[in-house]
Amino acid sequence: MSIIVIYTIISLCALGVLAALILYFVAQKFMVIEDPRIDEVEGMLPGANCGGCGFPGCRGFAEAMVKADDISDLNCPVSDADGMVAIAAHLGHEASAADPKIAVLRCNGTCDNRAKTNHYDGAPNCTIVASLYVGDTGCTYGCLGHGECVDSCKFDAMYMDPITGLPVIDADKCVACGACVKACPKNIIELRNKGKKDRRIFVSCVNKDKGGVAKKACSVACIGCMKCQKVCPFEAITIENNLAYIDFNKCKLCRKCVPECPTDAIHELNFPPKKVAAPIIESLTKETPKENNHN
Amino acid sequence: MLKTFRKGGVHPAENKFSANAAIVNAEIPKVAHIPLGQHIGAPANPVVKKGDQVKVGQLLAQSSGFVSANIHSSVSGTVAKIDNVIDSSGFSRQSIVINVEGDEWLESISKTDEVIDDLSHTPEDILKKIKEAGIVGLGGATFPSHIKLAPPPGKTAEVLLINGVECEPYLTADHRLMFERGEEMLIGTMLIMKALKVNRGGIGIENNKPDAIKNLTELAKKYDGIDIVPLKVKYPQGGEKQLIKAVINREIPSGALPIEVGAVVHNVATAYAVYEAIQKNKPLFERVVTVTGKSVKNPSNLLVRIGTPTKQLIEAAGGLPSDTGKVVSGGPMMGKSLSTLDTPISKGSSGVLLFREEEAKRRSVEPCIRCSKCVSVCPMGLEPYLLMTLAENQIWDRSEEEKTMDCIECGSCMYTCPADRPLLDYIRLSKASVGKIIRSRNKPV
Repeated sequence: MSIIVIYTIISLCALGVLAALILYFVAQKFMVIEDPRIDEVEGMLPGANCGGCGFPGCRGFAEAMVKADDISDLNCPVSDADGMVAIAAHLGHEASAADPKIAVLRCNGTCDNRAKTNHYDGAPNCTIVASLYVGDTGCTYGCLGHGECVDSCKFDAMYMDPITGLPVIDADKCVACGACVKACPKNIIELRNKGKKDRRIFVSCVNKDKGGVAKKACSVACIGCMKCQKVCPFEAITIENNLAYIDFNKCKLCRKCVPECPTDAIHELNFPPKKVAAPIIESLTKETPKENNHN
Repeated sequence: MLKTFRKGGVHPAENKFSANAAIVNAEIPKVAHIPLGQHIGAPANPVVKKGDQVKVGQLLAQSSGFVSANIHSSVSGTVAKIDNVIDSSGFSRQSIVINVEGDEWLESISKTDEVIDDLSHTPEDILKKIKEAGIVGLGGATFPSHIKLAPPPGKTAEVLLINGVECEPYLTADHRLMFERGEEMLIGTMLIMKALKVNRGGIGIENNKPDAIKNLTELAKKYDGIDIVPLKVKYPQGGEKQLIKAVINREIPSGALPIEVGAVVHNVATAYAVYEAIQKNKPLFERVVTVTGKSVKNPSNLLVRIGTPTKQLIEAAGGLPSDTGKVVSGGPMMGKSLSTLDTPISKGSSGVLLFREEEAKRRSVEPCIRCSKCVSVCPMGLEPYLLMTLAENQIWDRSEEEKTMDCIECGSCMYTCPADRPLLDYIRLSKASVGKIIRSRNKPV
């Protein structure tokens, strides 16, 4: 009996050694020599694998970084500026830090601002609704409110506000990976510069209808009146198809356009309250929707 | 045993309330909104401008590509504007808005009610006239008819099938047309056969329309080569592939067109429109629309000018019932609910259905219990539950392997699902996404 056990152990050990030898030689023969810097760069990246850079995960991005001669086009949105500078220095490139960005919702069609014209009872999925019809409000451009952007966010930086029916972006958690921008079938989310001290000014509307039609559908729609364009000293505002757009590279955050907008479609974020020019009582009684931003 | 297709199918309650209502002319609207995209393919290019005077039958917009169709005026009056209007597709698209004044027809159009059985036209002539008249598939798919009548090189048609199945519950527009205008319809069929250069024609009719079958069988004796084929009642027999299987027992390979098996299918209303275009020189600007529903006072079949607002047809059928929960354009299985009652009737609108609140409501979605009912009713032999799951998880390569593009969107799976899952909603999503991928792959670099 015991002899059988011994034979078994011996033969198994022999097999193991044989397999190890074969594996060793095969591994030698087919060895892939990889640039060790890929691993190092991958270690320096945040490891979120979000795809915000346009490459398949952090390793794909690290490979691209190591291979590229000029890395000025490559940017990891999740890393902070210091992180990207460190990687660039590690690879012996000139340090280049892109302006940090953040996702911005360009629709303020809350349930109060935008009346429902019909009731949708199909599958709750924005892409399906967008492929079926104009949507359940008079506005054919705005948010459909089924939260596909929220589902696409891998950083838990978005949620649906049950009162307004619109998604809310958590500025502290958003890394500007752009997943929500791709997910939204109505293209209402945009990546914009984070701005100095997180201050931002943008037109919170994407409605391209004529002023009257847009205003009828939603009380805070951009009606393309061009008032903001006229008042802007930096030519940062362009109006195309009845819709104003503020170029964040040209905008100097002077805030002249904000009070000019007759429908309150231009939003300002994280600014201190303006110095009061009018009597205090009046400005107190006026409740500005600009404070109640959705970003 | 009556003929039918083999795979899958369902039999919803027929509810054909308007089967005995004769076709009556609907009132001409005061303002007509004529959409420029009433067909599959590129929208037509307008040839009139604001302020122009138009007559009934005048060309409003020219076909703008290979897959496109002409649009003609259904009313006489002044062009008020060309503006975006929500049409029956559910989207806001360009339409020509006409303020109606009187009812003045182009002189070239014959207004006679007599049957003209002149079959001396050449095939080229017929094809040209069909193209000019802007005729599209009136069964609902609105594919421009002249393209179907010109088989691609290397393929020849052997048989023409006319689809008088009307398998959708509620709808009776085709039924009444076959019963009341049978002779005209048969002449139209003969003309299409001539254009296709085939000498065999079959008209498939479901067995729930005995009066139409009897009428046409009697009339068809005069016309050589046309067979009337009664079919067992089963949805979706009106689907092109199902009809071909049912009538001539041929199966179309996945992804191929009916011409692959030598068949061309047209709807009865299309055959009637061909008759009118050739014999009376009348372009397609009106169609029969069924207005019906359980609470509708007078379920009716109306001959409607294109561009008439849906609201007006509901008025004509006795007004909007107070318990209406949903208004659907088309049949209950494949139709689309309307977001506004101002939606104009277009070439593809076969019916206006008014559902009661309790009928219209979707029940809450439950988890799939793997009963495979959807698999057994799918007429294309697909696995709807699987396609939905793949679409939910956005696995498009596998969806393509599972032949999501073969889905004919008949809705049998959703109708039969005991868990009320939105199967078709997700399959449509998957078809749109996979279609986009296939197109980008086939694009020449």
